[in-house]
Amino acid sequence: MSILVDRNTRLIVQGFTGKEGTFHSEQMIEYGTPLVGGVTPGKGGKKHLDKPVFNTVAEAVEKEGANASVIFVPPPFAADAILESAMAGIEVIICITEGIPARDMVPVYHYVKKEGVHLVGPNCPGVITPGQAKVGIMPAMIFQPGNVGVVSRSGTLTYEAVDQLTREGFGQSTAVGIGGDPIIGSRFVDILSMFQADDETEAVIMIGEIGGTAEEEAAAYIKEHMTKPVFAFIAGQTAPPGRRMGHAGAIISGGQGTAEEKFAALEDAGAVIVKNPAALGSTVRSHMTPVG
Amino acid sequence: MKIHEYQAKELLGRYGVAVQAGSVAHTADEAAEAASQMKAESGADLFVVKAQIHAGGRGKGGGVKLARGVDEVREKADAMLGMMLKTHQTGPEGQKVRKVLIAEAIDIAKEFYVGVTLDRVRSMPVIMVSTEGGVEIEKVAEETPEKIIKTWVDPMIGLQRSQVSALAFGLGFEGPAIKQAAKFIAAVYHAYEETDCSLAEINPLVLTEQGDVLAIDAKINIDDNALYRHPDIAELRDVHEEDPLEVEAAEHHLNYIKLDGDVGCMVNGAGLAMATMDIIKLAGFEPANFLDVGGGANPTTVEAGFRIILKDEGVKAILVNIFGGIVRCDRVAKGVVEAASKVQMTIPLIVRLQGTNAEEGKAILDESGLKVETAILFQEAADKVQAALS
Repeated sequence: MSILVDRNTRLIVQGFTGKEGTFHSEQMIEYGTPLVGGVTPGKGGKKHLDKPVFNTVAEAVEKEGANASVIFVPPPFAADAILESAMAGIEVIICITEGIPARDMVPVYHYVKKEGVHLVGPNCPGVITPGQAKVGIMPAMIFQPGNVGVVSRSGTLTYEAVDQLTREGFGQSTAVGIGGDPIIGSRFVDILSMFQADDETEAVIMIGEIGGTAEEEAAAYIKEHMTKPVFAFIAGQTAPPGRRMGHAGAIISGGQGTAEEKFAALEDAGAVIVKNPAALGSTVRSHMTPVG
Repeated sequence: MKIHEYQAKELLGRYGVAVQAGSVAHTADEAAEAASQMKAESGADLFVVKAQIHAGGRGKGGGVKLARGVDEVREKADAMLGMMLKTHQTGPEGQKVRKVLIAEAIDIAKEFYVGVTLDRVRSMPVIMVSTEGGVEIEKVAEETPEKIIKTWVDPMIGLQRSQVSALAFGLGFEGPAIKQAAKFIAAVYHAYEETDCSLAEINPLVLTEQGDVLAIDAKINIDDNALYRHPDIAELRDVHEEDPLEVEAAEHHLNYIKLDGDVGCMVNGAGLAMATMDIIKLAGFEPANFLDVGGGANPTTVEAGFRIILKDEGVKAILVNIFGGIVRCDRVAKGVVEAASKVQMTIPLIVRLQGTNAEEGKAILDESGLKVETAILFQEAADKVQAALS
């Protein structure tokens, strides 16, 4: 078990033949991800990286039984690409694209929720179930199969956390980068509930950031529903208010969204608070023993 | 992206939002001319001279003045243009005033607040109104939250007439002003939606003694990601309002924000950059900046990053923290060596490389003859910063 993607996933790539799509598809295939083809309108019928190319997602679903999609389509067309997949019956959509206008994401968010489709991202590194499927742009070699779930709003900071875990002997069940935009398909709460229900996940590392209230929502969920240990770090303890720290979502405004408030909410919910980003792995180690 | 008040009013006007008449001026003469033209058209003799800077809190800082007659407009504009206006949002040095807005003074009966923004919890736009106009909305939200009325716009059905009229009633409008206020709120929402705002705020919206509903001030922020479809709005960007170092950084595709600390940092990825700032603080120092080099940590961007960080004289050491995924650490190391020798680094440099080819990268740095401390682990890097500065 794991969440969202595994060896039985049948993945397609939207924006398959583009530069980004090609590069990362090669990496995903090399990792052993069950990638069954790709979609580039107008290039249907061709082969790319030895896999079939389709004009539409619906065709890929029909001919290859695709059930998951990863999106590398440029920002002006990415929201449409998500909807195309959702309408074609794809169950898990992972959107890597950075820079989609928030207005485009508002209806997309509500549509996928209504249809019960799992959307991860946009503006995220993707999802990886180590040893089974790498769906995204993360560097494969730092991951190791295991029992710690990882959920994070950022990219390289996720890698940092995973690297520390692996060094301490803790593999990962699944690692999910949920993305740094104001509107994202899956929030901490959505992923935490999947980890809670997943037999293989024994603990969760959650990496939040300043801005918004997603970490506070997560804290409320942890308090009510999580029986598995959660280790939490919030980036941006030193960030000044009113300045957007890279991610469109990472801004402290009107006194809301500070790291301090988020740490307090998570601590109150029973999560183990990690204030030093270099101590993520060692903190897990001090509470748990690696298996095997 | 932020735009000026006069630009926001112009933009809102296009969508049918009733705004106070006014004209922008770059010189005292232009200001006087604008006033005399308004006087000729409407007979107005009392004007407001408003400094056009992006920061809020202008009134308290002396950036909003009443002027009677054309001569006084010229006088007040002359004094305001070129001044360093200090508000709670500008920082201690203030912001230079390069333009003023000349507007007719209004007889105000009542002030209100109208704002539209994205509610991230519900993932849809929210319209907020309040009878507490002219006050900072954050303050109202904290002290008297019951005085803010909200309505959410469901993207599946759009804004309904009943929603805006409920807001107008909620604000206590009476008689013909009810319809005017509802129309006003709907127009603000449509401007927000169609120009991809991240914030559209009218504070205050006023009811005039004559019974009209009008925007006296306007603040609009545009979603940067959507600027590609609004080239006309993108042109409104005023680089004078931005930190010159941040502008320079953006030209090199670096995301830089200047802070007041002593340890400069250069990191790939926003989250890791914030975490690096945090670890600098935990080591007993203050971060001098936020700097995300993104996915392209090559010799050119690293050099640009060093130059920008070094322009800040408060910087006593630099910590480079790169987690190589797609970017290979050996290539980053070569870039650091090349860049550090070009910029003639005289302060301690600590480089932490982790991820793809980290050991090779570290070896390149260690053998370069460059005065640099290297690290593989995050904590090790923080410890070396501490050792270098104590």
